[in-house]
Amino acid sequence: MASVVFYFQVHQPFRLRRYSIFDSDINYFDDWRNETVLRKVAGKCYLPANRTILDMIRRHEGRFRVSYSLTGTVLEQFRRWAPEVLKSFHDLAATGCVEFIAETYYHSLAFLYNRDEFIAQTHMHRRLMKDLFGQEPRIFRNTELTYNNDVAKVVEDMGFDAILTEGADHILGYRSPNFIYNPPNCGHLRMLMKNYRLSDDIAFRFSNRGWSEWPLTAEKFANWVDQINGNGYVCNLFMDYETFGEHQWADTGIFEFLRVLPEKILTGGKNDFLTVSQAIHRYPSVGEVDVPHMISWADTERDISAWLGNSMQANALHDVYALADRVLSTEDAALAHDWRKLQTSDHFYYMCTKWFADGDVHKYFNPYESPYDAYINYMNILDNVRNRIAAKVHA
Amino acid sequence: MKIFMLGWEFPPHISGGLGTACYGMTKGLDEIGVEVVFVLPTAVPLAAPSHVTIRTAAHLQAVAGREGETLFRNVTLHQVDAKLQAYASPPADSKLLQELTAQMQASLSKATTPEFIRILQTELASFSRQFTAGAGVHYGGDLMGQVFRYARLALGLARHERFDVIHAHDWMTYPAGLAVAAVSGKPLVVHVHSTEFDRSGEKINQQVYDIERAGIQGADCVVCVSHLTRSIVAARYGVPEEKLEVVYNAVEWPSDQSGEELKPIRQDEKIVLFLGRVTMQKGPEYFLRAAKKVLEKFTNVRFVMAGSGDMITRCIQEVADLRIGQYVTFTGFLRGEDVNRVFQMADLYVMPSVSEPFGIAPLEALSHNVPVIISKQSGVSEVLTHVLKVDFWDIDEMANKILAVLRYPPLHRTLRQHGHIELRKLSWRDSANRLLGIYNRLSARPG
Repeated sequence: MASVVFYFQVHQPFRLRRYSIFDSDINYFDDWRNETVLRKVAGKCYLPANRTILDMIRRHEGRFRVSYSLTGTVLEQFRRWAPEVLKSFHDLAATGCVEFIAETYYHSLAFLYNRDEFIAQTHMHRRLMKDLFGQEPRIFRNTELTYNNDVAKVVEDMGFDAILTEGADHILGYRSPNFIYNPPNCGHLRMLMKNYRLSDDIAFRFSNRGWSEWPLTAEKFANWVDQINGNGYVCNLFMDYETFGEHQWADTGIFEFLRVLPEKILTGGKNDFLTVSQAIHRYPSVGEVDVPHMISWADTERDISAWLGNSMQANALHDVYALADRVLSTEDAALAHDWRKLQTSDHFYYMCTKWFADGDVHKYFNPYESPYDAYINYMNILDNVRNRIAAKVHA
Repeated sequence: MKIFMLGWEFPPHISGGLGTACYGMTKGLDEIGVEVVFVLPTAVPLAAPSHVTIRTAAHLQAVAGREGETLFRNVTLHQVDAKLQAYASPPADSKLLQELTAQMQASLSKATTPEFIRILQTELASFSRQFTAGAGVHYGGDLMGQVFRYARLALGLARHERFDVIHAHDWMTYPAGLAVAAVSGKPLVVHVHSTEFDRSGEKINQQVYDIERAGIQGADCVVCVSHLTRSIVAARYGVPEEKLEVVYNAVEWPSDQSGEELKPIRQDEKIVLFLGRVTMQKGPEYFLRAAKKVLEKFTNVRFVMAGSGDMITRCIQEVADLRIGQYVTFTGFLRGEDVNRVFQMADLYVMPSVSEPFGIAPLEALSHNVPVIISKQSGVSEVLTHVLKVDFWDIDEMANKILAVLRYPPLHRTLRQHGHIELRKLSWRDSANRLLGIYNRLSARPG
């Protein structure tokens, strides 16, 4: 038996507006752009993908199962600009075949800079999942699958059962991502590691006509999954949800693929679908995976250099977290919310100067003309946050 | 492959980027084994240059056909005494012009390729008329005289040289290029480093434009220094797209790489540098207005304007009007070691050009480890990513970016590091290889 574990990341940041040093208002976010992007992606991806998945769950009478994590920032945006998307996630939650996974509410890199803030944002997100979908998340995934042994330990201490991360070659070596593992320094916490080859076949290569396997049919893919049989337990397909309809446009046939895949996987009764929690309850850990240094699912390096690879990023991250105590001591909820929205990892990703090799992906997601513009804009806003704090303190 | 190259300035006597470009380009061509005979208008004392063969006026007029001075292994530099100066405005000397025109027409009529000669004769006659009728805005009549004198002398020189392709840099050498092409039957490449629209906005000098157009239309290939320039040439000079090519400029690394240690003792003050001709095209007044905005937030800074030009008085007046005199320094025109020194002192280089076909100075700044802000209206913006870019008119954004570089050392550092790396990808050798491809294609073309 090989179990397909689909996990989809759903996220949109609050992109910043152009903020000059000569600006002094407290409207940091580009509402127009954020609404436009959200509505566009809702129409192209979230609504049709949710519809497809709901249909497949019904058609296969609960044997098709998936897991999601939705960031706090994208959920706020659904509430404001696309409530119908939120409704469709409610419908999915109601099937009982969908698991919601916890992460930091603001899709932040808080773990790297401020442990308390990391825990606070994780609690916020847990509460949100409970409020919206009636689920108490048992599984955690850190922003962009950033992970090391320390993350695992903190996450276990918070009471989670398992954590997701990248099945990076330099970590796994000869071992396969198709098993359940556990961190060396934890008691019961389990690790699920992304099968990046099969995940990326869908997320990145699906429409690539230069790829020798193009066109990728559900049948062919189900065949590859079946090869795990006898040689692994799980097939961890982790990807951005925007793969469906946004990164791979509808006309590539991605929705048809998603529609046919459950049937192809389930045919013959050898393989099935599980949520993350179901997978760790069915299968044991086969051993320890030691991850002393931070890894992630980004770029070819699978490290955190996309967010913390140059001195601008280091400076911006350092400076935003340096404000933690002062922001929180003002007890100004709006200020704290703004400050936390500034922690979203995307802002630092936009400052990445690794143009070459991974440059295309970076440019695609980047609302700025250059990483330098991203940094300057961010630092100008942070300046204003500092002024707000100072004004509060003196008031 | 041997090139008969026509230029109008060459280091150390330069007034802008053209001389620098010609120097780097010929050096790159030399490295890849292309022979170049470089014809210069003026007799200049050469301060032990290392790379082209040069001929003085005396050489040329008295001993035309003899060896020039060798600057690089494969590059010979000839100088004809036409006193060509790009941005001069000397008084008219119509008698001289008429004489020269007549000489040139006489020499042309002996040549063999009728259509070029007809064009040239017509153009010459019309230039002559226009010139005697009145002078241009930027160019004195004497300049026109020099242009044709240069053409005549270059033609004389060409008779004693063997070459495969003629390569003419900017409008002043186009008549010479056309004439030599007509006489020799060799393919002509004209190289557009700037157009009359870049130099004068919409108030173009008709004579200059006419010469430019004649050269561009008469050439077998038009090399533009950027896609920006290519699009201007395509739109304004009625030339088929397939004749247009883009070859980017590059930069010579400063020979003194130990310069870091020679830095003068730094004051606490940050230095923001403008370096270039102080003319409308270069946007000096946007630099000053941005300076004013910067000073609202940050006063530990000095704005240095290095260069001279017809707007210098207006700029000094502007500084007075803006009341920022204590923060602005005018250095006048700098050359050679002084340029290196001012780059070494600078914390930031700003090129706010209104219209900049390429712009080599930002590359020079980067080669000195100075971060740069360039206007989006520049050709160099097509090749640089690790720089800050602004619209020249957006002084708020310019000030915003200047302030960011001054206030945030990580920004300064990242721009320096990545800029320096990026610069290594821009070599004159690569540009020379692009040119060689063009030369090969043209010289292989039948008849």
